[in-house]
Amino acid sequence: MTQTFIVVGAGHAGGQAVATLRSKGFDGRIILIGDERYVPYERPPLSKAVLAGELEVERTFLKKETWYPEKNIEFRPNTLVTKLDRKARTISTASGEVLGYDKLLLATGTRVRKLQAPGADLDNIFYLRALDDTLAIQRKMTPGTNVVIVGGGYIGLEVAAVAVKMGCTVTVLEGLERVMSRVVAPEVSAFYHHVHTDAGVVIKTGMAVTGFEGDGKVERVTCADDSVFAADLVVIGVGVLPNVELAAEGDLAVDNGIVVDEYGQTSDDNIWAAGDCTNHPNALLGRRLRLESVQNAVDQAKTAANAMCGELKPYSEIPWFWSDQYDLKLQIVGLSEPGDEVVIRGNPAERKFSALYLRHGKFVAINAINMIKDFMAAKKLIAEGKILDPDKAADAEIALKDM
Amino acid sequence: MAKLHITDREGVETVIEGEVGISVMENLRDNDYELEAICGGQCSCATCHIYIDDAWMAKIGARNDEENELLEELDCVQPNSRLSCQIEFTEDMDGLAIVIAPDE
Ligand SMILES: Cc1cc2nc3c(=O)[nH]c(=O)nc-3n(C[C@H](O)[C@H](O)[C@H](O)COP(=O)(O)OP(=O)(O)OC[C@H]3O[C@@H](n4cnc5c(N)ncnc54)[C@H](O)[C@@H]3O)c2cc1C
Ligand code: FES
Repeated sequence: MTQTFIVVGAGHAGGQAVATLRSKGFDGRIILIGDERYVPYERPPLSKAVLAGELEVERTFLKKETWYPEKNIEFRPNTLVTKLDRKARTISTASGEVLGYDKLLLATGTRVRKLQAPGADLDNIFYLRALDDTLAIQRKMTPGTNVVIVGGGYIGLEVAAVAVKMGCTVTVLEGLERVMSRVVAPEVSAFYHHVHTDAGVVIKTGMAVTGFEGDGKVERVTCADDSVFAADLVVIGVGVLPNVELAAEGDLAVDNGIVVDEYGQTSDDNIWAAGDCTNHPNALLGRRLRLESVQNAVDQAKTAANAMCGELKPYSEIPWFWSDQYDLKLQIVGLSEPGDEVVIRGNPAERKFSALYLRHGKFVAINAINMIKDFMAAKKLIAEGKILDPDKAADAEIALKDM
Repeated sequence: MAKLHITDREGVETVIEGEVGISVMENLRDNDYELEAICGGQCSCATCHIYIDDAWMAKIGARNDEENELLEELDCVQPNSRLSCQIEFTEDMDGLAIVIAPDE
């Protein structure tokens, strides 16, 4: 009898998973369900090339629209899955349709954290998670527009870089004392702060946004220190939350993400999960974690799809990530922690340097800024758990791979 | 449309009608060849590595700087290595032959 595999969530992980299932030779029924109107697409360009109008929407699609019927994959856009019944092995959609599965993959990703503040529902206040968000923001981002960005993480700063280039007046309000503090060392934050300021972006750190004012649409952003910023357009980027409700209500183990093992399997033998929504183990890091990156979505989706086809290959990769702002290619490998020793190699003034993170001498992470060779070498060295001599590592004349 | 000759990681050779105006990487991805292309063509990941048939090297042109830096650090780099996301597939590449490099 033909089996039915259902994938809930048509994002990067869901898209990769159905491709892997078919390439592995699974010839049963595949249903891919997503609540957006597009086939699975890449999100990274949403705050970069797509926002800047440099990349057409269709080119972000992981596969063309025609690919799904060609591969006999039943793709259902605009469909929200609202219920999981593990006993009956069914899921239900918002419109009341009930679909049975033999195996299920949850690739529900994350959603933006909403700012709870008075006036947060005024017009021209946006979050950036989906293609339609980008297109809506882009329409408003005309030259001269006052853009206020709440949150100085990498998404907020990527938007700032695009907006200032388009001739907008840009202000970034960050709650913490420095930008991108979650992912980079103080030296790297300071560098990005300067680059943005030089480009004309106003960055205010330590700012607690208290509310939004305006007549129908936003006109002002207010802060706890009584400062007020004029705004025609507000983009909020203050983090995301994993979409775990479906799993939780279906009584699967959930703990800051859907709990899975190294094969992407949940606490139910017939259900897997992959991507931003999972809390997964990583043998190389020696701990469990939840990650928000394409590398993780792709690699974990492959792992889970393989496992659904009976092929068990554990997932364990050193996480990596990138962010493009202006002419700066930031490439991050590994996960740094506050107590790590930071070694800078190269010259920030030349916009070409790396921050290496050492934990008890062990190379654990890197932020490479226009230092592509360092990024490539670091991927291998960090996976090997290489011990580095900080003085030698600081010398950019010595290739990282030769350390 | 122009023909693209592809040898995959299993050594299997196929020919596709490539779409011009998009990258060689996008052509491979759209046609289901196994290749990661994780950064989606941003020249940030080196997971779209291919080898160009020697006869085509001159016509395809040289690597750009960023591409060069990424490629040089790969274990299986060769003189004919390219990142497929950095090559726009054009009408005059009809008949181009490439090999998908191993996954590193
Ligand atoms: C603006 C932006 C820039 C980024 N830049 C980078 C970058 O430079 N590098 C990088 O590595 N990563 C980047 N990321 C992160 C990366 O895009 C994510 O890690 C990746 O998309 C995760 O894939 P996913 O499939 O797990 O989740 P998603 O891509 O979020 O997909 C989940 C999908 O499931 C849908 N869904 C959820 N619940 C249901 C339900 N119940 N029923 C139906 N559908 C449902 C969601 O609407 C969504 O479409 C960026 C993200 C954003 C938003
Ligand atoms: S797709 Fe990442 S470098 Fe080509």
